[in-house]
Amino acid sequence: MSFLDFYEYSLIGLLLGGLYALIGLGFVLVYKATRVLNFAMGEFMMMGAYFYFSATVLMGLPWWAGVMLALMASAVLALGVERLVLRPLVGQPTISIVMATIGLASILHGAAVMIWGADQWRVEPIVPRAPFFLGDAMLPGQLVWGFGLASIIILGFVLYFRFARGGVAMRATATDPHTAMSLGIDAPRNTAVTWVLAALISTVAGIMVGAMTNVSPELGVVGLAVIVVVILGGLDSIPGTIIAGLIIGWIESMSVAVFGSGVREIVPFAVILIIMMVRPFGLFGTPEIERL
Amino acid sequence: MRLGDFVTDYRTGEAVLRTPVQRIWFVAFLAFLVALPLVGGHYITFLGCLVGIHIIATAGLNITTGFTGLISIGHAVLLGVGAYTVAWMANNGVPFWLAIPAGALLAGAVGIVIGIPSLRIKGLYLAVATLAAQFILSYIFREWESVTGGVRGLSVPPAQIGGFVFDTDLKVYYLIMPIAVFALWAARNLFRTRVGRAFVAIRDRDLSAEVIGIDIVRYKLMSFALGACYAGLAGGLWAYFFRAITPESFPLQLGIFYLAAIIVGGLGSTLGSILGAIFMTLVPEVLRALVNLAAIISPAAVVYVSPLREIVFGALIIGFLILEPHGLAEIWRRIRRFFFLWPFRS
Repeated sequence: MSFLDFYEYSLIGLLLGGLYALIGLGFVLVYKATRVLNFAMGEFMMMGAYFYFSATVLMGLPWWAGVMLALMASAVLALGVERLVLRPLVGQPTISIVMATIGLASILHGAAVMIWGADQWRVEPIVPRAPFFLGDAMLPGQLVWGFGLASIIILGFVLYFRFARGGVAMRATATDPHTAMSLGIDAPRNTAVTWVLAALISTVAGIMVGAMTNVSPELGVVGLAVIVVVILGGLDSIPGTIIAGLIIGWIESMSVAVFGSGVREIVPFAVILIIMMVRPFGLFGTPEIERL
Repeated sequence: MRLGDFVTDYRTGEAVLRTPVQRIWFVAFLAFLVALPLVGGHYITFLGCLVGIHIIATAGLNITTGFTGLISIGHAVLLGVGAYTVAWMANNGVPFWLAIPAGALLAGAVGIVIGIPSLRIKGLYLAVATLAAQFILSYIFREWESVTGGVRGLSVPPAQIGGFVFDTDLKVYYLIMPIAVFALWAARNLFRTRVGRAFVAIRDRDLSAEVIGIDIVRYKLMSFALGACYAGLAGGLWAYFFRAITPESFPLQLGIFYLAAIIVGGLGSTLGSILGAIFMTLVPEVLRALVNLAAIISPAAVVYVSPLREIVFGALIIGFLILEPHGLAEIWRRIRRFFFLWPFRS
């Protein structure tokens, strides 16, 4: 591989990693709030992309209206899911809730195939397509803009959790729901809001990924691969997720450059098996200390 | 009503079949299993074979997930390991009575390899490791063409012993059924032994289990390997039953199917494995029948079979988790309890 190839693939990988970090943020939010790894996150992404597709292609709305509509529809979906599936399971063992999210993923996937069919659909990207040149490397415009958008959203969330009243309340709920409730924080409402925020994030990610790869029921698999990112990042750490996203994006891009695109879907999973042996709580995760 | 049923020592208390009535029912049930394909016709025989395979695989997942509390999403791909092993061996002239155990053992070994990375932490991580295994092994099934036949897959010659060839569903049924009965007998009795009780202790509170002297890592691995062995066994029978396997035979959805089966049947119950597997095998058949009925009105309905199945599977998982977390086995127990006391208390 020439140096230029290395340079170009590295940049593409890192840009892709920014998107992974964005999707990973959705996982981390839900994990922090409920200690649940949401296996349906990829399907939320897929639903967001389909909502956008319905609004722009089927209903012929302009892209900004499509985005608004998709965000609203996803929020409603997340609220419904939280009410019907997750709230009745509060207090159940984690394993039950995780299995419920797997069931949820199955339902959403089936529903998408049923409503929109198993075909691939093209949607217009929400960001310009024109490529960027950085030195000699040519970078796809959607990736660069996507990376920028992802960075802004992630930064916004970090600031919100750090400074805003609502964000602090959500952190309090995540740390200890009972204490938070005794301080007058509406914990169930905060959990619901967390799910909605996660769904909104995955909708934005879904629209961007959907515009790059076409919208199809297979979009959910991208979300599954991002589980690898959050595990490397440490499940409950936002900075960890950002760095892990960049690392996984880079590794994926490099291995595609070396071994061809066939390995794309398995590389993250091969990486995760190694990570779990070497550093099971991820780069920045809190090692779990248990008491009887 | 149950009368004169006193338990005076631990041996009787732990017996699987305690009363003479239970034993009679059990023998009657075995006779029913033997007679089923002879009176049931072709379709029932086909379903019987399918149920038998699913029951073995479900029992395996129940050992890992239901009894030990380790979630496995990639159970399907372990069936695949068993099926590909058997297919490859059968094509290379190994007799079935060697190939099937070999498939089960190899699946068990693969299970250990998958299990190792996730042992340092909790079930959540094993779920991710099994997900990783699902994708990686599917990739291997697809790409390792010299052994697995690539995307075209492999065809499998029928099982054969002496001059007797298991070439029809009816004959294969008599191969699958005894193995399924044996596998369930073994699974049921496992939980009367030290090993089985260690599994349950790990599920209920792994730290406490460690404190009372259970080597968690060893028993978790053992549980996972055992579940994988059952999957491999089921996969081997799958190969001899369908006689053709492709990488698409063992998708993620099949793993979710088995997860649904143990939840619907009852986590941590051998009876649950049986009921769950039967229920989940019949659900797609009922759906197909309904869709075929709908297709009379509008022929386009046929395409809805597979997404509808996914929706129903997911809904069953969530519905049972919320409404009846102990599954069909608990409903069955409740019905039995009702008759123990009937007519004195209803």
